[in-house]
Amino acid sequence: MSFDLNLILQSLPQMLAGLGITLQLLLVSGFLGLLLAILLLLMRISGKFYLDWTAQVYIYVFRGTPILVQIFIIYYGLPQFEAIRESMFWHILREPTGCAILALTLNTGAYVSEILRGGVLSVDKGLLEAGSALGMSARQKFIYITAPLATRLSLPAYSNDVISLLKSTALASTITITDMTGIARTIVADTYAPYEVFISLAIVYMIFTFGLQKLFGVIERYLGRYTRREE
Amino acid sequence: MNDNNSQPSIEMIKVNKFFGTFQALKNIDLEVYKGERIVICGPSGSGKSTLIRCINRLEKHNEGRINIDGIELTDKVENIDAVRREVGMVFQNFNLFPHMTIEKNLMIAQQLVRKTPKVEARKIAMQYLERVKIPEQAHKYPIQLSGGQQQRVAIARALCMNPEIILFDEPTSALDPEMINEVLDVMVDLAKEGMTMVCVTHEMGFARSVADRVIFMDEGEIVEQATPQAFFDNPANERTKKFLNQILSH
Repeated sequence: MSFDLNLILQSLPQMLAGLGITLQLLLVSGFLGLLLAILLLLMRISGKFYLDWTAQVYIYVFRGTPILVQIFIIYYGLPQFEAIRESMFWHILREPTGCAILALTLNTGAYVSEILRGGVLSVDKGLLEAGSALGMSARQKFIYITAPLATRLSLPAYSNDVISLLKSTALASTITITDMTGIARTIVADTYAPYEVFISLAIVYMIFTFGLQKLFGVIERYLGRYTRREE
Repeated sequence: MNDNNSQPSIEMIKVNKFFGTFQALKNIDLEVYKGERIVICGPSGSGKSTLIRCINRLEKHNEGRINIDGIELTDKVENIDAVRREVGMVFQNFNLFPHMTIEKNLMIAQQLVRKTPKVEARKIAMQYLERVKIPEQAHKYPIQLSGGQQQRVAIARALCMNPEIILFDEPTSALDPEMINEVLDVMVDLAKEGMTMVCVTHEMGFARSVADRVIFMDEGEIVEQATPQAFFDNPANERTKKFLNQILSH
């Protein structure tokens, strides 16, 4: 077996051309997924059984099926329905990128809402009692006590999910998207050199992950500023 | 019992409270008048904390009636809010908001509940921090303070809301011994100023010197209530005697 270093040097810049699409998939579905997660969380803790129940079914379905299958169902399945082709969503759903973002958003939303719920449940009940005793309403307690504390408590698990989402974006290459993985697959098809190309691809993802870890480390230190005794 | 013969500040009539099948409060009748200092003591699990937590509706009573300054505690949110504006509370574990500075801890409820403007809320916060003698800690976070300091902040936070009544739920039980006195000092000052106080505590020295009435609870019932002198020197009930023997034996 030969290992062609030159090929790595050649394919790296080509793959980096897909960085923009990978970033777009990560940021857009990460952001929309977070909004969806907050909505699902509020439904879960609303105390209204029909909202709670709906959210639970949603979370069960999207955590219970592989993300690849979800991408295929959305990309290959939805266009079969005339109603969808004629709806306002068609201009998003006819693009593979739109389908990938939709699938990643729906999937990460389900996971993140449970992460956030864990954070909410970990907030010390005594603090909420103190809020009640001071006359704060349920909404005020949620906004000023629960939300900021739950954010800090959820952050380590949340950063884990964002890193996992970064890797899930690679699945978009299965529906013709030319993200970094999509480009790598094209290069492999041309060169028949899977080792060199996929190893360089893996290194690019690792560098990306390193950056995300550092970023979340900074956010964690900031949110945890009140947990340290020293000034 | 008191020279103020109008309606009691706190009135509990035949109050029962259940946790599932366990009865935590049995037929509680209690009247507290304005300016009275009440100490409640009793063995662990006797219902002392549950009793005072019913006064500001942190626990919901199942039977009987509770009136606070003439407002009946029912499921009506307006009534609960009105009662909580009258009643402050200090907890065993301080329960300061860890993500807010000391100053913000004192301001937040003023701003949200009383709608006090920020500048005014800050002024009131600093005034009460001076009173509990730690104004220099205003910009620190709770974790940077000692337990005794945190509890004094918690008392100041309750006072900022200008309550008619303050409930103390074992305020010194979580403190190291050398910090107990700084908290008791603040409580004694409050008592001198005529604040209506209901304290669950095992600080018998405090009870003896400050309380108008000491209440002994056991198994969810008020077993005995008397002036401190009568309570400590000549308890009427066997259970009270046994309890006092246990806690005063060393």
